This record gives sequence, structure tokens and C-alpha cells, in this order.
Amino acid sequence: MSGVALDPKTAPTFPMAAKTALGDGQLRKNVRHATDVIQAKRARVVGEMPDWQNLRESGKQIRQHTMENLDFYLEEFETNCTRAGGVVHWARDAEEARRIIVGLVKASGSDEVIKIKSMTTEEIQLNSALEAAGIHPFETDLAELIIQLGEDRPSHIVVPALHKNRHEIREIFQRTMNLPELGDQPHDLADAARMFLREKFLRVKTGVSGANFLIAETGGVCIVESEGNGRMCLTLPETLIMVAGIDKVIPGFQDLEVLLQLLPRSATGERMNPYTSVWTGVHEGDGPRSFHVVLMDNARTEILADEEARQTLNCIRCAACQNACPVYRQTGGHAYGSVYAGPIGAILTPQLQEMHHAQSLPYASSLCGACYEVCPVKINIPEVLIHLRNKVVKQNTAGVAGFFDVEAGAMKAMAMIFRSERRFRAAQRMGRVAESPIAGKDGWIRWLPGMLGGWTQARDLREMPKETFRDWWEKRGRDGN
Amino acid sequence: MATEMGRGSARDEVLRRVRAAKGGAAHAEAVRAAYGAVERGYRSEATRSREGVLELLVDRLQDYDARVLEAVHVDVRTAVATMLKERGARSMVVPRGLAAEWLPVSVEFVVDDGLPADELDRFDGVMTGATLAIAETGTVVLQNVAGQGRRAVTLVPDYHLCVVRVQDVVETVPEAMTRLWATANLPTTFVSGPSATADIEMTRIKGVHGPRFLDVILVR
Repeated sequence: MSGVALDPKTAPTFPMAAKTALGDGQLRKNVRHATDVIQAKRARVVGEMPDWQNLRESGKQIRQHTMENLDFYLEEFETNCTRAGGVVHWARDAEEARRIIVGLVKASGSDEVIKIKSMTTEEIQLNSALEAAGIHPFETDLAELIIQLGEDRPSHIVVPALHKNRHEIREIFQRTMNLPELGDQPHDLADAARMFLREKFLRVKTGVSGANFLIAETGGVCIVESEGNGRMCLTLPETLIMVAGIDKVIPGFQDLEVLLQLLPRSATGERMNPYTSVWTGVHEGDGPRSFHVVLMDNARTEILADEEARQTLNCIRCAACQNACPVYRQTGGHAYGSVYAGPIGAILTPQLQEMHHAQSLPYASSLCGACYEVCPVKINIPEVLIHLRNKVVKQNTAGVAGFFDVEAGAMKAMAMIFRSERRFRAAQRMGRVAESPIAGKDGWIRWLPGMLGGWTQARDLREMPKETFRDWWEKRGRDGN
Repeated sequence: MATEMGRGSARDEVLRRVRAAKGGAAHAEAVRAAYGAVERGYRSEATRSREGVLELLVDRLQDYDARVLEAVHVDVRTAVATMLKERGARSMVVPRGLAAEWLPVSVEFVVDDGLPADELDRFDGVMTGATLAIAETGTVVLQNVAGQGRRAVTLVPDYHLCVVRVQDVVETVPEAMTRLWATANLPTTFVSGPSATADIEMTRIKGVHGPRFLDVILVR
């Protein structure tokens, strides 16, 4: 894997990227193992909760209500955060967010930053912008450290290095930390990361983070993590710069009682993650003296404007849908060409690109519904996938292009054939003749020529039966013999 | 500030887009009413007996690798001495306001008065009280108040000994959030077991950057 960031604008289409991923046996084994483990843990701790479905319903309603009143809650958050000593910035897009953050780091007087794992910073490719400005970012989450040192790319929202097994991680650490004797037990690797990062935690004066929840009622922020690297970045530096999508806001402090039950159980299969931090603005003698929040749109308002797809914004980034998805479990995350992979990525990524890129992602699903079933805030992902497929088709058949559209033409021809019994029978006869050179001995067709090849690219096709139901019915005669 | 105007316009533009997307501005009264109508059918009260809640807490703390010692109130100092001896801890940092009668004389206790992080790193551990504990999730909640201190103090040392009083134990997360609401603005940390990671093959491994060892003394 190269160190080039995942960018939906330049990524190959999903079927092409998936084909490469499917050829990597080790990757598939790692992804299968990790998602099996996490699914079993999740199922156990979700099973402990007699009111899980009530929590999901409340989670859904809280998120839906927030999106319906997003302007109100954003302003309320801004007022309360500012009152508590925070500084709120607004960014229309990724470019503006990067510019603000780079400017703030420079103003803090630091040429290095410690970072908490944040998919939002991955989304806006912040690290390359920092490096271009002469600022060195240290990733401090274990998985992000593995990605950074291995010059790899994240493949999962919660566990970005999920596609690497312990042996591969050891190899990266041995090479980049200069530890030839390092063992390959998970605790050896965790110890190595602790040693490697501790000095940076104690030295670097500026931290950069994302956010899990912004609390409008108090102006406070909630960050959920496991290792303590988050707490280090939130409490030790003098300056903390946080970037969050405008969708991260929640109405009240009390709403955490729902979200903090849903998120850890769904994300890592824990009753509660080791560390959850909640604080408001700047607190004398405790934590950074300077605290900035960058509220970023970056196409989220486009999603908000589409009533059928709006629920995409309800996502709390637990990745349960990735772990449950039969497609993701085969291909891993890189095939999606975006930091948001799996079912949520298939709906979020093309929308964040305003449907100009990643148009193959809404098709990267069998619509089995496993994602919907595990979603802690009940996002109906299959429904949104179909809606987006519709949008893709409409876009591609709009105007003059639509007049020459081959698929639409084929559909019209099909309709004509289906309207007449004579034409239908003739088509069946022709089909049997045409398929005979390409059908295998076992009755399966694995390759179709030309444009029809799109169908057999991802699935096999049964050859047509030698005798149709109509033929059989007629042969059977009037009295059923 | 030079960027003030640019920033102002980004703010206006984002809010304008939000309002355009959902067909108009939100009105406070309508928002409050709609918020009040959100269904909350989940458990928000304890369902177990007091004894059952405490048993659950001990079970859940141990399940995530914390050690638990139960002590009758008069015996806290002895319990602390026992725990610290077992851990081999000789110098401990403590926040201001920690109950003096909890501290055995056998160990050196240094009160944190804003020590730099690298000095915190040199102690064998930290000892604090807790605002409350949540049984169902095996969580202790720490806030910046007397006896619990600022966040860095419970983060940098490798060992944390936390004293929890039984009257501060609740069964569920919603009960905890109700109790915390009045002090929601304080720096607050929910700690569930020692620092851990699941980043290698999704296996929970104890001990990364936060304290690798967590002991809880439950004061009855």
C-alpha cells in the first residue's frame, strides 16, 4: 500500500479496487478475523441490555431532531462554548478548515502537534496540509500510529489498522522504531507504542483532535477513547485545536446517557470504553489554556437538504455496519477509496462529494440489510443506497447524454419484448442459441461479452433452462398427463 | 483580528445553508417542545437491590482488569496500605482535599499543586476519590473537585488507586448522568478499567498510555 491518502476524487471505481483486494488472501484473512471477533463481542454486550431497542429508538429520535433543528443547536453550542472560554471557528469546506487549523498551529508557536485519531482530519487530509506548512503531526492512537509509520491508509472507522495482523505490525515497529528484538505479542506492541509516544506527550505543546459529540446545552465536548492517548492530547498541551463536522452536535448533556450506552457497545463491544472525557471550554489549572473548535460543513448541508438521505448525518461513527457487512468483510476498507468505508461509507462518501465522485459506491452492497439491523441510531442504509442509485442514474441520463444512454435503451427494448408473447418467446429462443458458446458444462455462465459483462463481473449467471415453463405446460396437455 | 470578517462570513454562509436545506430557521419554543417529545423508553432507574448493585459493580470492574477491595469505613487507611504494599508503591501523588484519614503513614503522599507532567511521571501512582461509580458498566467518574483533582494527575502516573463510597454507586448510565447534570461543566472523566486498546486484531490489551493498573477500594 502506498502512503497516498484515500481520495474519492481520484480513487478507482469500487468493482476495480475490490478485484485487487479480493486477490490479497492475507488481507481477507485479517479482516475476516477482526470483524468476527468484534461482532461476537458486540452481540454479547448488546444481548445484556433488555432495553437495547428503546435506546436505539431514542438515539434515532435525538439525532433526527438535532438535524431538523441544526441551526438552533449550532448557535447554542457556539454561544455556550464561547462563554466558557473556547473560540469557535466556522469552515465552509475542507480547504477552509485546513487553512484555519494550520494558522492556529502556527499561532501556537509549535512546529509539531500530537493528534487524537480523527476520521474528520483524515477526510480533509489534514496531515499533508500540516506537513506542507512545516508542521509535523504525530498520530497517537495505536492504529493510526501503525498507519502513519507504515505509510498505509485507514481501512476502518474505529480500528483503522484492522487490515494488519500482529506480525505485520511488529515488522513496521521493528523497522521504524529501531527495535529489532521486539516480540509479536499484542502487549509487546502496545508497550513499544507507549515508550515511543510518552516523550512526545510530555513535550509537544499543541494538540489536534476531532470530536464525538458537541453538547449544545453546555458548550461542552465529549471524546470517547480507549488508550489514554486522547486524554494526553486533551489535557497536557497548552493549545488544543478541534475540528468537527456540524453533524456532531447533540442537544443536551442528558443525551449522553443514550449515546454513551449505544456507542461503545456498538463500536468495540465494550460496556463502556476505558476513557470518556467531557469538558467545557477552558478550565483554570486543568488542561489547555487555549481551546479552539472548528465547525466544518464540507457538504454536510448538501446531505441535510436531501430529505431521503438526511439520515446519513445521524451516524455516530461506531462502524458496526462495517463489521456486519458481507461486502466489507470480503474487500476490506481500501476498496471504497475513502476514509469512510463499508455501508456508511457507501452512502456518506458520494454525498460528501456532492455525487460528483464515488458514484460506484451505492452499488457496493447486496442490500441484505445487516447494516440497518446493527446501526445504533437505526439509519436505514439500504433505503438510502437505493435512493442514491436512483440519483446516480438520473444524473447520468440527464439531458443529451440520456438520449444516447445504452442502458436506458436496453430497458426500453426489454419493455417492448415483455409486452408481446410472440416477441418474448422469440427472445427466449434467441437467448438459448446465443448463450450456448459461453455457458460452462456445469450450467453456469461466468463471462458475458461487451456491456453485458458488467453483470458477470461480480456474479455468475445460470444458463437458461432447456425447456421453459410455457413449453412444459403446453406439452403436458389439457388433462394434465 | 484580521480573520474576523472572513470567519464571520463563513459562519453566516454555513448557517444560511443549514436553514435553506431544512426550509427555514428553527424557533426556540418549537425546538424545546419537539425535544421534549423525544421518546425515552429505556431504563433510567435501578432495578436491582442495593446489594445487587454493589455486587454488579465489583463484577464489572474485575471483568475489565481492575482489582477491587471492599472496606468498612474505619478501615480505609488499612485497605489503602494493603493495596499500596501489594503494588509496591512508595511515593504517591494525591489531589488537594483528599481525606487525610485515608492516608497510611507507611507511604509518602505528595499533594499536587500543578506539578509539571514529567514530575507526575516519576510517582509510583496516584490516589483519588470519585464523584460516582456506575455498576452496569464498571465505571468510576472523576471530576475536577477536591479529592479528585485535575485530569493530568490521574493520567500520567502508571497506577491509579480510586476510593469509591457506596452511596456514590448507581446502577445505570442514565442515573449517573442525572447526578452529574448540575456539574456538567466541570472537566469530567469516565474511567472503565485500566487503559486498553483493541487496535491489534480487535483483542483487548490492557495498558497503553493511561494508568496500566487500576485498583478500587469500595468503602461500605
